[in-house]
Amino acid sequence: MQLGIFSVGDVTPDPTTGRTPSEHERIMAAVTIAKKAEEIGLDVFATGEHHNPPFHPSSPTTLLGFIAAQTERIILSTATTLITTNDPVKIAEDYAVLQHLAEGRVDLMMGRGNTGPVYPWFGKDIRDGIGLAIENYALLRKLWREDVVNWEGKFRTPLQGFTLAPRPLDDVPPFVWHGSIRSPEIAEQAAYYGDGFFHNNIFWTMSHTKRMVNLYRRRFEHHGHGPADTAIVGLGGQFFMRKNSQDAINEFRPYFDVAPVYGYGPSLEEFMAETPLTVGSPQQVLERTLSFIGEVGHYQRQLFLLDHAGLPLKTVLEQLDLLGEILPDLRKGYAEGRPAHVPDAPTHASLVAARDAQAAEAGDAPAAASGGAGRHVDDVTGRSPYPESATDRTVELVEAPEGGVR
Amino acid sequence: MTSIVVVTAGTSVPSSSRMLGERLGEATAAALLASGVSAEVTHLELRTLAVDLAQHLATRVPGARLREAFDAVCAADGVIAVTPVFNGSYSGLFKLFFDALDEAAMAGRPVLLGATGGTGRHSLMIDHAMLPLFYYLKALVAPHPVFAATKDWGATGGKLDRRITTAAEEFAKVVLAAAPHKQGDDFEVTDFTDLLGG
Repeated sequence: MQLGIFSVGDVTPDPTTGRTPSEHERIMAAVTIAKKAEEIGLDVFATGEHHNPPFHPSSPTTLLGFIAAQTERIILSTATTLITTNDPVKIAEDYAVLQHLAEGRVDLMMGRGNTGPVYPWFGKDIRDGIGLAIENYALLRKLWREDVVNWEGKFRTPLQGFTLAPRPLDDVPPFVWHGSIRSPEIAEQAAYYGDGFFHNNIFWTMSHTKRMVNLYRRRFEHHGHGPADTAIVGLGGQFFMRKNSQDAINEFRPYFDVAPVYGYGPSLEEFMAETPLTVGSPQQVLERTLSFIGEVGHYQRQLFLLDHAGLPLKTVLEQLDLLGEILPDLRKGYAEGRPAHVPDAPTHASLVAARDAQAAEAGDAPAAASGGAGRHVDDVTGRSPYPESATDRTVELVEAPEGGVR
Repeated sequence: MTSIVVVTAGTSVPSSSRMLGERLGEATAAALLASGVSAEVTHLELRTLAVDLAQHLATRVPGARLREAFDAVCAADGVIAVTPVFNGSYSGLFKLFFDALDEAAMAGRPVLLGATGGTGRHSLMIDHAMLPLFYYLKALVAPHPVFAATKDWGATGGKLDRRITTAAEEFAKVVLAAAPHKQGDDFEVTDFTDLLGG
C-alpha cells in the first residue's frame, strides 16, 4: 500500500491573517513539504498542474526534478497531468527525462483539467475533452513503447519517423494512473489499458466514489487484465488533525469556510458527513481512512490533500508530523486482511522485474540498462538512432524480441 | 408502478403552485388509472431545498437531500413542473433546480408544465420562458400546459378543473408512450475500442 500526499498548488490568502504568500514562497513550500513527506516515511508526493492563477504548478517536471534531486526514496507523481491540452510528445519527453533523473521514482496521473479557458489558450476545444484524453494518451503510450513512431490522429500534427529521446529509463515507461471524478469513459480507459484508476474522492460522497471504482474494477476484468479485485485503485482524501478533535475543528473551520472550491457552501459538519473529509483526532483520521477499504475493497494508493486553502507551511508540516505518528497504524490497518493476490501498485523496479521475467520466459536476455542500448532500430535505415557498438547491434538484430526489429 | 414526480417552486404556505401541482398530480394518476396503469405521485417542494440548491450552486457539492431529489427525478416516468411567475419568468428557485440537475436528466422525460400568477395576463410565461428551458433540456413536453391565475381558484363553472383534466389526459398519453431513461446503480459505459475508433 502506498501512502502519500497530493497538492493542487493553490496560492490562497490565509483567512486568519489576510496574508497571501508569494508564488515563490508557495513553490519553495512545495519542496519543503515533499522533503518532509519523505522524512516521515510517505511513499508518494504528487503535484497538480494548472495554467492560471491562483495556482503555481504550471511546470510540474521542473518542480518534481528539483525535488528528485533532494530526495532519495519517495515516488514523484502528478495530480493531474493535463493529457488534453499538453502535447503528448512533450509529456513523453518531459517525464522520460524526469524518470532518468529520479532513477525511476516517477509515475503520472492523467486528467483532463477543469478550467474552461485553458483549452482555447492551448488551441483546444473543451468539448473535445474526452476525445483529446483518449487520442493523446494512445499516442503517449506509443511514444514510450515504440522505437519509431508513425502516427496520424485527429488533434495533432502527424508524426512520421519520430523517435522519442530519451527513451524511458530501462525502456520501461512510467506507470500511469487515470484520474476522473465523474467520467465513466476515463474509468473505462484505465481499465482497457490495465492502468491505475484514481478517484479524487474529495468533493463527492463515498457512494459515488465507490460506483466509479466498481465500474473500473468490473471493466478491468472485462478487458482481461485479471480479477476485478486485482485492479490498481487509488483514492484521495483530506484531513485536518490535532490531538484533541475540538481543537482540530476550531482551527480548521476558518480555512474551510472560505476555501476555494467548497467554501461558502455546506457547513464543515455537513461536508464531513457527506465527503471523506475528516477533521478531528489522529485516531478519527486513522479510522475514517481505513474505512475506505470497506467501501472500495483493498486498494493500492491513498493520497491526502493537506497543503491548501491558505494553511501556513508550519501548520502543514505539523499535519505531516501527526500523519507520521499514525503511519505505522495506517500501514498495519491496510495490511490487515489484505488477500495475498491483491497486488501492490507497480513501481519502476517491479515493472523492470516483470519485463525481465517475461523476456526470460521467452528465452531472451534481459534488455541492457537504458541509455541507448537495446532494441532501437530505425525501420527505414535499419540503423539504431543511438551510437552503439557494431557487435551490440548485430546481437540485437538477431535476438531482438518481437516488435523490436521490423 | 408508474412514478410521477411533481416539482413545485412556490414559496408561500399554502402555495398556489403546490396546489396546482397537487391537482395535476391527482388528475394524472386518475388518467393513468383509466388506462389501467397505477401511479405513485411524489412531491418535491423546492423551498425545502432552497439552501441546499444555493450551496450546490456555489460549490457543486450535492448534499444528501438534493441527491435524493435528483434520484427521484431521474427515476420518474413523468415530471410535473410548476412555478410561480416572478418578474415575467419562472422563479429563480425553479431555475436553480433544473440547473443543478444532471444535464441529461430531463432528456426524453415526459414533462407537464404548470404556472401560477396574479392574473391571466402572465399566462404566456409558460410559452416564452418555460418552453425554451425544457426544449433545451430535450424533455418531452406535453402539449397542454396549465396556467392558474389567482381568480381561477374562486371561479365557477369548473374551467380550471377542465383545463387540469385535459392537460393530465394529454400528459398521461405521453407518459404511456415514452420510456424515459432510468438511471440504474451502475454507470453505463461505451467499450473503449469504440471510444478509440470514434
